[in-house]
Amino acid sequence: MIAELGLAALWLAAALSVLQLVAGALGQRENSGELATLVRPAAVIQGVLAGISFVMLLCLFARTDLSVKLVAMNSHSDKPLVFKLAGAWGNHEGSMLLWVTVMALAGALIAAAEKRLPEKTMRATLAAQAFVGIGFYAFLLFASNPFERLPQPALEGLGLNPLLQDIGLAFHPPTLYFGYVGLSIAFSFAVGALLTRQVTPDFARAMRPWVLGAWIFLTLGITAGSYWAYYELGWGGWWFWDPVENASLMPWLAATALLHSASVLASRDALRAWTIMLGVVAFSMSMVGTFLVRSGILTSVHAFAVDPERGTFILALLVLYIGGALAVFGLRAGTVSEGQRFSLISREGALVFNNVMLSAILGVVLIGTLYPLLTEAFDVRVSVGPPYFNPVGAIFTLPMLAIMAVGPLLRWRQDRLERISKPAIAAAVAALAALVIVLLIGGVSVLPLLGLALAAGLAVASFMPLRGRKLTRVPTATWGMVIAHFGIAVALFGMASESAFSEERLAAVEIGGSAQVGKWNVALDAVDPVAGPNWTALQGRLFATYGDGSPIELGPQSRDFWSPVQQTTESALVTRWNGQLYAVLGNQNADGRWQLRLWWKPFVTFIWYGGMLIALGGLLALIGRLVGDIKRRRIRARGDVRRADEAELAAARPAAAS
Amino acid sequence: MSALQPKHQRLVLIGIAMMALIGAGLLAAYALRSEASYFYVPSQMAEDPPEVGQPVRLGGMVREGSLATLDDGVTIAFVVGDGEAQVPVRFAGIVPSLFVEGSGVVAEGRLAGDGTFVADNLLAKHDENYVPRELQEMSEHQARDIVAGTEQLGANRVMNNQNAPR
Repeated sequence: MIAELGLAALWLAAALSVLQLVAGALGQRENSGELATLVRPAAVIQGVLAGISFVMLLCLFARTDLSVKLVAMNSHSDKPLVFKLAGAWGNHEGSMLLWVTVMALAGALIAAAEKRLPEKTMRATLAAQAFVGIGFYAFLLFASNPFERLPQPALEGLGLNPLLQDIGLAFHPPTLYFGYVGLSIAFSFAVGALLTRQVTPDFARAMRPWVLGAWIFLTLGITAGSYWAYYELGWGGWWFWDPVENASLMPWLAATALLHSASVLASRDALRAWTIMLGVVAFSMSMVGTFLVRSGILTSVHAFAVDPERGTFILALLVLYIGGALAVFGLRAGTVSEGQRFSLISREGALVFNNVMLSAILGVVLIGTLYPLLTEAFDVRVSVGPPYFNPVGAIFTLPMLAIMAVGPLLRWRQDRLERISKPAIAAAVAALAALVIVLLIGGVSVLPLLGLALAAGLAVASFMPLRGRKLTRVPTATWGMVIAHFGIAVALFGMASESAFSEERLAAVEIGGSAQVGKWNVALDAVDPVAGPNWTALQGRLFATYGDGSPIELGPQSRDFWSPVQQTTESALVTRWNGQLYAVLGNQNADGRWQLRLWWKPFVTFIWYGGMLIALGGLLALIGRLVGDIKRRRIRARGDVRRADEAELAAARPAAAS
Repeated sequence: MSALQPKHQRLVLIGIAMMALIGAGLLAAYALRSEASYFYVPSQMAEDPPEVGQPVRLGGMVREGSLATLDDGVTIAFVVGDGEAQVPVRFAGIVPSLFVEGSGVVAEGRLAGDGTFVADNLLAKHDENYVPRELQEMSEHQARDIVAGTEQLGANRVMNNQNAPR
């Protein structure tokens, strides 16, 4: 019954999205009458129905209803409840339903709350959103129905992939999905504004919270995914340039560019066509990512369900949406009127530079990710990895970070370089000092060396916008920018430090023996069998001592899950302020010795602290913007347009008071 | 510097953006020619071996009975085959959980002078044996694909385990 209810809700939601599209499209005519007023209610009800459908799926998984195919395939009655629920989206059909649900709920929120845009643009936006939604509903209902029943109930479920039975990963896909879907909203706004030729600062302000929200979720998702891969896969690496990782990085790069250009449009009314273009590109990257991950076209270490038929479906959607949006863009971009002008040396100029660099990095990653597919068409198999991505990406990343350090100090519209020479010199001195220190330590290759120097310079520069200001009166959004930029410096420091100073030790150790890595002495005390809810494991008991410190116990495991039958490696970590000790227990050799793999990774945790700071910065910016918007709306409600404009300008004033 | 005329400004911006993006494309194309590592199956490697020391990937099946641990206790030796040719592989490290005899593997590394493949990394798909429901399609779709062909064996193994009494 629950499954049928969920399916019925899904059909109804799909029907409402058709209504939303038709009403929104016909509502573009002058005398559309009552039809046009249906758009907003349709969007709200569609959101509620999709939500009901997803809740029904959660119920099925919570109860482990084995008459439903998806549950039988992806769950097991022995699993802890939280992983039963995570099973609802830890598979192809469920994750697609989650995608549609989040998108519909977002549409409902826009329809209910967004009052800033002209009604006609709003209708066009909701119609565009329905257009995207219909494709996904069709995909679910015709190609991957999550509520399909089995001819007869299964006796027991097949279980959830043990590697996904990890609290970090259970919530990782929804986090990324919120990001992807947020970008689909930005896309709808861009298409809506193009259709009605209303590319205005108001449009950018309406779109900005969605871009910011999507960007925060993408940042968190990428950070969490990186940490998960680091501790769960047992390889000790935090980024592999795997196509599935790139699939989440590419929308992030586009969203970062979009975020900054939308800010220029919102506060300075420039970069109109470019912002629209980025809105289209950012969502395209979400779709490309979905296509790469879901189609099985790539042999990736992370690859999910392999299914060429579904791949074709997503490819068709991709061509339809992106092709359609680009066609509209081509036809209409010329009619988007000129924005405000600015000099090359100005805040806008710096942001344009960063936008171009981000786009170039995006291009480099996209080409590297798709290249193996291209050559495979000619029957040549290649794999593209760090030797390509690191240096080629760095060529664009390093100058971007350098400009990022000084950009926020520049004034809008027009500025002189001499005015910011003092803070620029301070940052350069910090970078040079770091460079000299690392050179004295020696043995560090070029990229980590430059990374460490830039991280030092950027860390100093990121706080410069606060210079000479009363800290209590700095707008929340500016704090957000400062913290996010500082987060980039922190993450960069972690990455460079990890690749420059990591030490590795691989040893076969007998019980009672020990191995050294860096300043650590690690003694193997015992290896014992342990049992969990749906696994058994061998657990090493290690005592790790840093220099003369007291020993810390840690227990890396080698786990055996029984449904499905699979082994996983559970690494053990000791986190100190200056780095992490990473231990993996391997197999026992015939002579009784145990394989141990140990790493000492100085400051590796800064990578993820940095990621969290970046997301926190985004959150502060979002809060600052939303509060600012509410204030402006109140002022505007009193009919005082002039003061509203002043408030917007005050929020956009250059951060550095000189 | 004074603000440029609007028309000119747009042209300058578009020009700079195009130059940067085309530059990125050319650079990427150039780097890919030299840095992309090639993927070999054993029969290709036997027929036309890569240069010694050039980073490549080798994919195939771990031959039953070939897996051995060397005296240092951390280096393993095994043979990767594809039904036609065999390549001996050496790897120092802890093997991935899914790495067992008879399973598929992708080894990243380089060919040594003595014809042994020295791996820096062994990749086994973490959800490899996972989705048995596509078994039918898999066998059609991937029969020509040696690495994916090994997945089918893995899937069979899971199916058998599923049917076994618990």
